[in-house]
Amino acid sequence: MIMADSGSSEEVAVICNTDITSTESENNIINTMVERGTALLKKMEISVAEADKRTGKNTVNMQETYTVYLIETRPAETVSEGGVPPAPDTLWRRYSEFELLRTYLLVTYPYVIIPPLPEKRAEFVWHKLSADNLDPDFVERRRVGLENFLLRVASHPVLSNDNIFFLFLTEEKGWREAVLETGFQDKVDSRLKSLSAMFRVKNPDKRFTALKHYSDDLSTVISQLLRIRARVADRLYGVYKVHANYGRVFSFMMLIIFLKKLTFIVSTPVDNLLLDFGCFYHQSVCKKHELVQYELEMAAQDLTYKKQQKEELATGTVRIFSLKGMTSKLFGQETQEQRESKVAALEQSIQEGEDALKEKNAESQEFVEKAWTDIERFKEQKDKDLREALISYAIMQISMCKKGIQVWSNAKECFNKM
Amino acid sequence: MSVGAPRGLASSGQKLITEMLHPLSAAEEPPSPGPDVTVSAEEKEKTSRIEFDLPDYSVRRRYQDFDWLRIKLEDSQPTHLIPPLPEKFVMKGVVDRFSEEFVETRMKALDKFLKRVADHPVLSFNPHLNAFLTAKDLNKRQGLALLTKVGESVKHVAGGYKLRARPAEFCAMGEYLDTFSQKLGTIDRIAQRILREQSEYLTELREYGAVYSSWAGSEEQLQRPLEGVAGCVTTSCGALEDLSDNMSQDFLPVLREYVLYIESMKNVLRKRDQVQAEYEGRLEAAVLRKQEDRTPIPVEVEKCQDKVECFNADLKADWERWQRNKRQDFKQLLTGMADKNINYYEKCQAAWESLITLLQEKQTEDKTSETELN
Repeated sequence: MIMADSGSSEEVAVICNTDITSTESENNIINTMVERGTALLKKMEISVAEADKRTGKNTVNMQETYTVYLIETRPAETVSEGGVPPAPDTLWRRYSEFELLRTYLLVTYPYVIIPPLPEKRAEFVWHKLSADNLDPDFVERRRVGLENFLLRVASHPVLSNDNIFFLFLTEEKGWREAVLETGFQDKVDSRLKSLSAMFRVKNPDKRFTALKHYSDDLSTVISQLLRIRARVADRLYGVYKVHANYGRVFSFMMLIIFLKKLTFIVSTPVDNLLLDFGCFYHQSVCKKHELVQYELEMAAQDLTYKKQQKEELATGTVRIFSLKGMTSKLFGQETQEQRESKVAALEQSIQEGEDALKEKNAESQEFVEKAWTDIERFKEQKDKDLREALISYAIMQISMCKKGIQVWSNAKECFNKM
Repeated sequence: MSVGAPRGLASSGQKLITEMLHPLSAAEEPPSPGPDVTVSAEEKEKTSRIEFDLPDYSVRRRYQDFDWLRIKLEDSQPTHLIPPLPEKFVMKGVVDRFSEEFVETRMKALDKFLKRVADHPVLSFNPHLNAFLTAKDLNKRQGLALLTKVGESVKHVAGGYKLRARPAEFCAMGEYLDTFSQKLGTIDRIAQRILREQSEYLTELREYGAVYSSWAGSEEQLQRPLEGVAGCVTTSCGALEDLSDNMSQDFLPVLREYVLYIESMKNVLRKRDQVQAEYEGRLEAAVLRKQEDRTPIPVEVEKCQDKVECFNADLKADWERWQRNKRQDFKQLLTGMADKNINYYEKCQAAWESLITLLQEKQTEDKTSETELN
C-alpha cells in the first residue's frame, strides 16, 4: 500500500500505512489500468486537469452556461535529472463531446464493453448536495469520472488504437467534423434502435445469457448499494451533528473538538469508487450479441424457407401455402419449362442464401470470440478495480475510526482534569 | 454476581462495606408480586463496627423498603442532604419492570444510594439505617420514634414567616443547583436524540450490510472480499448496539438520578430558609416586646437561633461533600462514556483492518500469479 505523505493538505493522521488520501486511492485504480501498458499509454500521459465555466449560445439560440474540462496530454518519457517536464498539450472539451465520443465507440466496436461516463445529472445525492450541474462537488466528481473514462479507453487493447479517440485528445477544433465524417451515425440508428427492442432469440449462447443475468443482478445491487450508502451517510451525519450539541453544554474547547469531528465527516468525499461501478454498460454487449444472433437466425430461416419452396416445386406438393401455388392449382399447371426456370432461379436463390448464412455464421463466430475475449478482460479489470475500491473504502473507515478515537481520547483527557 | 465494588471510607474511619448481589442469581424465593412491588434486592453487609453483633448480614428488601428508609432519613435528619432513589413510578407497558436491564439499572442505583448513606458521617449512624440493614422484618408501622433533637424541632417549623436576607452562600448554592439542573436536562435531551439517531443509523447500516452479502452471492473472485465487507458492517452494527445500550442503561440513569438529587437538595434549602425566617420573625417580635415592656427574649428564640446555626453548618458540610461526590461521579460518568465510545471505534477499526489484510493478501496472490504467467 502506498504511504501517505504528511505534506498533504487533507486531515489524515500519518500513523501507519493504512492511511491514504482520496487522491491516492484514485491513483491506485488508475495504476491498475495503466499497468496494462497499451501502445498509446506508453506514448502519452493523459489527465483531465481542471474544469471551467463558459457561456455561449446553444442550439435554440439561448444563452447558457456550461462547464468545460481541460484535457492534458504529455509524452510519457521520464524526465532527465534536473530537467523540467515539458509543458503538456491541452485542449478543452465539454461533457456532450465526451458523450459523442462514447456513442461513436459504442457503434464502431459493438463487441467491446465501452467504459462508462460519469452521471449526466447528480443522481445519488448525498447529504442534500444540490443536484445542480454547476455545483463544485459535482463538477469535481465529474472531472474524476471523465479522467477515468479516458484512461480506461486508453488502456484498452482495441480502443486505444482508434484514430478518432486519438484526435479527441489532440485536435480541439476539427474533431467534431472528423467524427461525423466516419458516418457512424447511420449505424447509430439501426444498431442502437435495435438495442432497445426486445428480441426473442431461439438458441441463445448460454454464456451470454448467464452474463446478461449477472449484469442485471449487478446493476440492481449497485444501485441499491448507492442508495443505501447515501442514506447511511445522511444518518451518520445526523448522529454527529447531535453530538456537536454537547459542545454547547460542556465548554468552548469541547465544542471545537466535536465540530472538527463533524467537518471531517462532511469533507470525506463520496465514494466515487463505488459510483464508478454502475455497470450499466455491461448490458449493451449482451444486447449486441443478441442482435447478431438474430440476424443469423433470420438468414437461416430464410434459407429453410427457400429450400422448402424448391422441394415443393420439384415434387409438386404444396407444403407451404402460397398464392402462386393456389392460383396455379386453380388456373392450371405451368409448363415444364416454366417450372424448370423457376427451379433454377430458386436454386440460385438458395445458393445465395447458403452463402449468406455461411457469412453470418462466420460473422457471429468472430463476434462471439472477440466479445468473449473482451468480456474476460473486463471481468479481470472489474475484479481488480473493485478490490482496490473495497480496500480504499476499508481504509477510509479505519481513518474515521482513528479520528473518532482521537476525539474521544481528547475528551477523556478533558474529563480527567475535572 | 456482585455489582457494587466495595469501598472503604477513609473520611469517617469506618469500614462499612456493602455489596449488592444480583437478585436473580442468589434468590431462593422468587420475588413476590404485590400492588406496588418492584424488585427484591439481596444485600450482604460486612462491617467491623462495634454496634453490630454479627459480622455478616444478609437481608432482602424491596424498593418500598428503600423508600421507607429515605423518608425516615429525611424526617430524622432534615438538615442534611439525603441521596436520591431511582424513580419510583414506572409506567406499565413502557418499561418491563421485570426485565433484566431494568432490574440491573435499578439495583445499581439502589446500591449507590446505600453507599452514599453509609458514607455520610451523620447519616450512617442513623438508627433507621441500622434497622434497615439488620432487622429481619421491617415493621414500618411501628415507626421508630427516634428523631434527633434538631430533627424534632425542625419538623415543627412554623410556616408563614418571610425570609428577609438569605446569606450569600446559600443564594449561590441555589443558583448553582438551578444552572446545573438545566445543564443536566440539556444533556439528557441531547443523549436521547443521539440514541434516536443512532438507532436509525443502525437500521440503515444493517440493510447496507445485507446488500453486500447478496452481492457476494453473484460474484466468484470477489465473493470473499464482499462477504468480508458485509462482516465488517455487521460487526460495526453490533458495536453500535452495545454503545447505545450502555448509554441508556448506565449514562442516562445517572443523569436522571442527579436531577432528583438536586430536587431534594432544593427542598432542603427551602427548609433552611423557613427556619431562618422563623427565627428572624420571632426575634423581631421579641425585640419589639422587649422594647415595650422589658420582657426578656424568650428561650424559644435562642433555640431558633441554634436551629439556624446548626442547619447552616450541616448544610455547608454536606454541600462540600456533595460537590466532591458530584465531581467524582461525573468524572466517572463522562470518562466512562468516552471509554465506551473509544471501545466502539476500536472494535470497528479492528474489523476493517483484518479485512484489509484479507484483501491485500488476495492482491499479492494475484500479482505473483500474474508475474508467473508472464
